Amino acid sequence: MPKTETVLDEVTIRFAGDSGDGMQLTGSQFTHTSALVGNDVSTFPDYPAEIRAPAGSLFGVSGFQLHFSSKAVLTPGDAPDVLVAMNPAALKTNLGDLKVGGILIANTQAFDDKNLERAGYATNPLEDGSLGDYRVYPVDITTMTLGAVAEVGLGQKAALRCKNFFALGLVYWLFNRPLEHTLDWLKEKFHGDVYDANEKALKAGYHYGETAEAFDQSYVVEQAQIEPGLYRNITGNEALALGLLAACQLSGLKGYLGSYPITPASDILHFLSKQKHLGFKTFQAEDEIAAVGAALGAAFAGGLGVTTTSGPGMALKAEAIGLAVMTELPMVIVNVQRGGPSTGLPTKTEQSDLLQMLYGRNGESPVPIVAAQSPGDCFYAAIEAARIAVRHSVPVVLLSDGYVANGAEPWKVPKMADLPRIPVRFATEAEGFEPYSRDDDLGRPWAIPGTPGLEHRLGGLEKQHLTGNVSYNPENHEFMCQLRADKVAKVADHLPPTAPHGDADGTLVIGWGGTFGALRAAVDQARQHGAKAAHVHLRHLNPLPKDLGEVMARYERVLVPELNLGQLSFLLRAKYLRAVEPYTKLQGKPFKVSEVLARILEAKEVAA
Amino acid sequence: MTVYPNLQPTDPSGQTRKDFQTDQDVRWCPGCGDYSILANVQRTLPKLGIPRENVVFISGIGCSSRFPYYMGTYGMHSIHGRAPAIATGVKTLNPELSVWVITGDGDALSIGGNHLIHALRRNVDLNILLFNNKIYGLTKGQYSPTSEVGKRTKSTPYGSIDHPFNPVSVALGADASFVARVLDVDAKLMPVVLERAAAHGGASFVEILQNCSIFNDGAWADISDRKTKHATQLELQHGLPLLFDKGTKGIGLDNRMHPRVVDVEAEGLDKVLVHDETNPAMAYLLSRLTYPEFPTPMGVFLSIPRPTYDAELEAQMRHAGRKATGDGMADMQALLESGRTWEVR
Repeated sequence: MPKTETVLDEVTIRFAGDSGDGMQLTGSQFTHTSALVGNDVSTFPDYPAEIRAPAGSLFGVSGFQLHFSSKAVLTPGDAPDVLVAMNPAALKTNLGDLKVGGILIANTQAFDDKNLERAGYATNPLEDGSLGDYRVYPVDITTMTLGAVAEVGLGQKAALRCKNFFALGLVYWLFNRPLEHTLDWLKEKFHGDVYDANEKALKAGYHYGETAEAFDQSYVVEQAQIEPGLYRNITGNEALALGLLAACQLSGLKGYLGSYPITPASDILHFLSKQKHLGFKTFQAEDEIAAVGAALGAAFAGGLGVTTTSGPGMALKAEAIGLAVMTELPMVIVNVQRGGPSTGLPTKTEQSDLLQMLYGRNGESPVPIVAAQSPGDCFYAAIEAARIAVRHSVPVVLLSDGYVANGAEPWKVPKMADLPRIPVRFATEAEGFEPYSRDDDLGRPWAIPGTPGLEHRLGGLEKQHLTGNVSYNPENHEFMCQLRADKVAKVADHLPPTAPHGDADGTLVIGWGGTFGALRAAVDQARQHGAKAAHVHLRHLNPLPKDLGEVMARYERVLVPELNLGQLSFLLRAKYLRAVEPYTKLQGKPFKVSEVLARILEAKEVAA
Repeated sequence: MTVYPNLQPTDPSGQTRKDFQTDQDVRWCPGCGDYSILANVQRTLPKLGIPRENVVFISGIGCSSRFPYYMGTYGMHSIHGRAPAIATGVKTLNPELSVWVITGDGDALSIGGNHLIHALRRNVDLNILLFNNKIYGLTKGQYSPTSEVGKRTKSTPYGSIDHPFNPVSVALGADASFVARVLDVDAKLMPVVLERAAAHGGASFVEILQNCSIFNDGAWADISDRKTKHATQLELQHGLPLLFDKGTKGIGLDNRMHPRVVDVEAEGLDKVLVHDETNPAMAYLLSRLTYPEFPTPMGVFLSIPRPTYDAELEAQMRHAGRKATGDGMADMQALLESGRTWEVR
């Protein structure tokens, strides 16, 4: 019987298995191939905090979801159309998300009594009729993988590791993807038996799809209309690291990262540690405090001082950031947010550090805050943070989150020559030098050690205006607190006007950070449903754009979706004395487009 | 492109003590040991041949940490305990600088203990001067991590039950490559030790026994008293026997490696150990000698060559730099375009 091909606009797939099953690799290979064949793609890796949780356990399930389309893609997709479940635990924890009528590919061999019991199944769901809502394809992935790689002669354990590639091959067939890109990748990574075995497993999976009668049709997702140019896949952490490196080239500053390993920020440290040829130095400190301290020292010495961390690390860095505020040294402080409080949900995403960044220090201690909205956008957000830091001589907080940091998307590679330079002017003139004098942006001179005649002393004690000497003068303290606040407010002078995406009245959806894709897609869909809606996504959380209050006033309703308990809502109400409607979610997961869409369409009464 | 200033450096040969002073009023209590340390440091720096713009003093919090305000160099009075971390950033960004850390017993050994040991372990080329007065002065008289057991202070009205740190032992335990001790009032030994600390490549740790005339007056009186110091101090000199009390006594070992006092006349000079600055085991043994059982050793306990963190980092940078074309923008563009890319037409 000839097999049929069906054309689809978009598909969401989730690969799920044990944390040792290689699901992240499988997903990223599928992502890469999909991008190379011209789809738009967005991904969402979801993995446990345990490195190797006990096999078959519910908490050890690792998942990777990707959304590919012949149209523009803004999110990794709400509900998967296809679920690949490598064991019962993966089925149990992911089935609830699978669309009714969706495709379920399950590795039957893993559905043995032991694994079923570990997953809490009394009976085998593949056999007890409980999966009637789905198109179930039971496939003995394990046995067929072992058969395919037998001739290579790997041990049983190594051979079993190839089963993710069998699954990948099968899904490649299902969506008419070529194998060549993954084979190329395998060639780069492995040699000899390991390469042979994985190649055989991948091809066996593909051929199984071709020949097995159960699979009677495959699917085609055509190329998307994508802006011409050179592309690569990029994660948020990679893009952020590249942005910091680019900022150094654009400014001429020596880059310096002080960091302490923490999930989900460590990849930035790893990436930058490899770029010494660009003159960027990295220092893995003994703790979070030393990491920010060293970055501050580097800033004093004339470098672009950077520290990277996540929420718990930010808590430890607070005092040193206060010192950077007082010494007015340019720094970039990166917080890749994760679920909190305390250790919280290290591998899950959240946006709950906004108020910590704004107010989590002693005294009046204002800092500019920039937030990245997508993986590729982390590059531009990092440059923006560095630009503000240098222009206003101020520590700047750059917010990312686990979702943006680990998510990947095709990214149009920028041309360095097209990016505006970051002007830096070190003080050199001893005549009339005053370390706390001001320029138009209220920045102070950056006079670095090694410059003759500009020797001066900084510190955490209050500074006298102009001279920078220690001062306990009451009027001076009030003046300086106001000056530091005014300086941060000055950042808003450089922001473009706020341009809402969508209608000029109706519901205004205001968001920030990694929720961009879900909010933008939800607003577009709401408008297709006939609702009047618009979207403003804030890159700058401190200061807010000068015209934001005015923009908000044009809309009857302001909806503020956030992955916290309403922190931006709180700020908007306080600043603009305006009723806003929080829409919050705190599940360690990003918003689904459908959730936000439903909320936009459901007009709620809001108390002022 | 470089944005860094390239100016004619100050000629260090013309520098005097005055060049290292500031117009700020020194605000330590009358009689504080810090005055003497400041004067010694200001006298020593012109001898080092370093243009003053290349000298940086970083301190933490506490009485001692006001020090940078009085030095006519670059400086930062930072936050409690973190000076070694900040100094590490300064030194590793620009290894040309001569970087000094000024700290106290509370700053370095309590709140900042972690940074101290790691700076020493890494052997960052810093000169760390720890002013040890065995008390918290700036917070008005609580016991410190070097206060003796039984010490009665505002926070230990029944006497301290904390076992104190021995700073020299801590530094040696952290694998410091240069460890020394001097007394705040010792105008003869201090310049010698400071010059050697500055000349040492790597982290130099100097414990300065310092008197707090307000909250712990006489803390070191037993060993600083001019009349008795010949017997209460042991001056360490590399390659010379460990003699004290005008050469009548020395330090030797029993057959279980316990140190003991040798009567030179009765037992002979060959029973007295000879100081070897390059022997960490001897340095540790000497660090355990304390008055009154033994004289307190002064001078350089240990000085060994070890690769410095900052030099090793520079070496890695140079090595990696061979991959670069020298055109940063082009190298950056190449990095952006690295990995697997594809062209959309």
